Amino acid sequence: MKIDACGLSCPQPVVLTLNAIKENKRNVEVFVDTNIACENVQRLAESKGYDTKIDIAEGKFKIVLTKQK
Amino acid sequence: MSVNPLSRFFASKKGMILIGAVIGVLAAFLQKLGNPPNMGVCVACFERDIAGALGLHRASVVQYIRPEIIGFVLGSLVAAFIFKEFKSRTGSAPLVRFILGMFAMIGALAFLGCPWRAFLRLAGGDLNAIIGIAGLVSGIAVGDQFLKYGYNLGRSRNSYYSSGLIMPAIMAGLLLLLIFAPKFGVNGAIFLSEKGPGSMHAPLIISLSAGLIIGFIAQRVRFCTMGSIRDVMLVRDFHLMRGVIALFLSAFLTNLMLGQVNFGIAAQPIAHSDYLWNFLGMVLAGLAFVLSGGCPGRQLILSGEGDTDAAVFVLGMIAGAAFAHNFGLAAKPDAVIDGVLKVGGVSGYGMTAVIIGILACLIIGFTMREKI
Repeated sequence: MKIDACGLSCPQPVVLTLNAIKENKRNVEVFVDTNIACENVQRLAESKGYDTKIDIAEGKFKIVLTKQK
Repeated sequence: MSVNPLSRFFASKKGMILIGAVIGVLAAFLQKLGNPPNMGVCVACFERDIAGALGLHRASVVQYIRPEIIGFVLGSLVAAFIFKEFKSRTGSAPLVRFILGMFAMIGALAFLGCPWRAFLRLAGGDLNAIIGIAGLVSGIAVGDQFLKYGYNLGRSRNSYYSSGLIMPAIMAGLLLLLIFAPKFGVNGAIFLSEKGPGSMHAPLIISLSAGLIIGFIAQRVRFCTMGSIRDVMLVRDFHLMRGVIALFLSAFLTNLMLGQVNFGIAAQPIAHSDYLWNFLGMVLAGLAFVLSGGCPGRQLILSGEGDTDAAVFVLGMIAGAAFAHNFGLAAKPDAVIDGVLKVGGVSGYGMTAVIIGILACLIIGFTMREKI
């Protein structure tokens, strides 16, 4: 599942990610365009038991969430 | 969290607690050095003072160009440059944000303080702040429901680099006006209070330095008083809350050391003890802050990072301050006259404005929802 949260202000990226986690989606990818949104999504994901991997390209962040085993 | 080790520290629990504590200590010392009591830092009050200095309102006791506000924006700008986070952006419902800023200020001035000052008032023993904070939490709780059900003001987009520099440039201009204090005609601006809270201030260089430091570090940790409460209720995230608690405790302990704690309800400095309107004023402010995405301090920090939508919110707050004083909406503090307590509070106009503001925020919350 891909979530495009670019340009959305705090806390929308977190709310959208939380909704995806609640629906128990696998392979969630969140796209954001600010450091703050990236940090917030990462903190949320880790608190919910997900591992995160971040790719940065052209000023955008891709946060890949995978459920911890 | 982030790639840079320093950024990683700032994003950590320890970083947040340390920064909150530094802000609390600085605020307490600003009071010691001349800022009004329990008002080491108050974004709402200080923007109101700036509005007064420019003559946007003529309440002669609250007119001063507060260097702390200037410092917040410029300190954030410097941090954003150093850490390569400066990014000009625009286009997320600026008019709505202006209106939210206006009503946030009207609510804050019914209570007599922004969330930062609410915690600083409590740290100075003003127990009315508990009512204000309860109102703030209630307003944020309502706002959180809108967030859960799809409220948002739409995406911002990248803008011209120079557009993000406009708000810092305005602040630099204000600093020049403060330093040179020109008089534009016999009865013209700049107005600087000779008595009252507006006349009470720490030396310029100290206020500016404290503002720059707070702006810099608050940008790094994304400090936000409203966000701290919102995140706890919305996603059970205590990250920002640690900073706010640290701010409160450090300000309280510093106040104790400096003899600035005076527990009580009636006749607290620049405060009133009308419970209902302390509460409802902050309900309005809290709701407006959630709907606009940040407390007034955070909006200043975002303005320094190039977020012109946040800058519009700040301008809305300044306009709101002008309305609040020109239309008699701002609360009057308690006063002791000849040994008799005169309880302050909000006028009928102010009560009406707070109710209208809450209704306006509810309409915005209900009608501006979409599936993204």
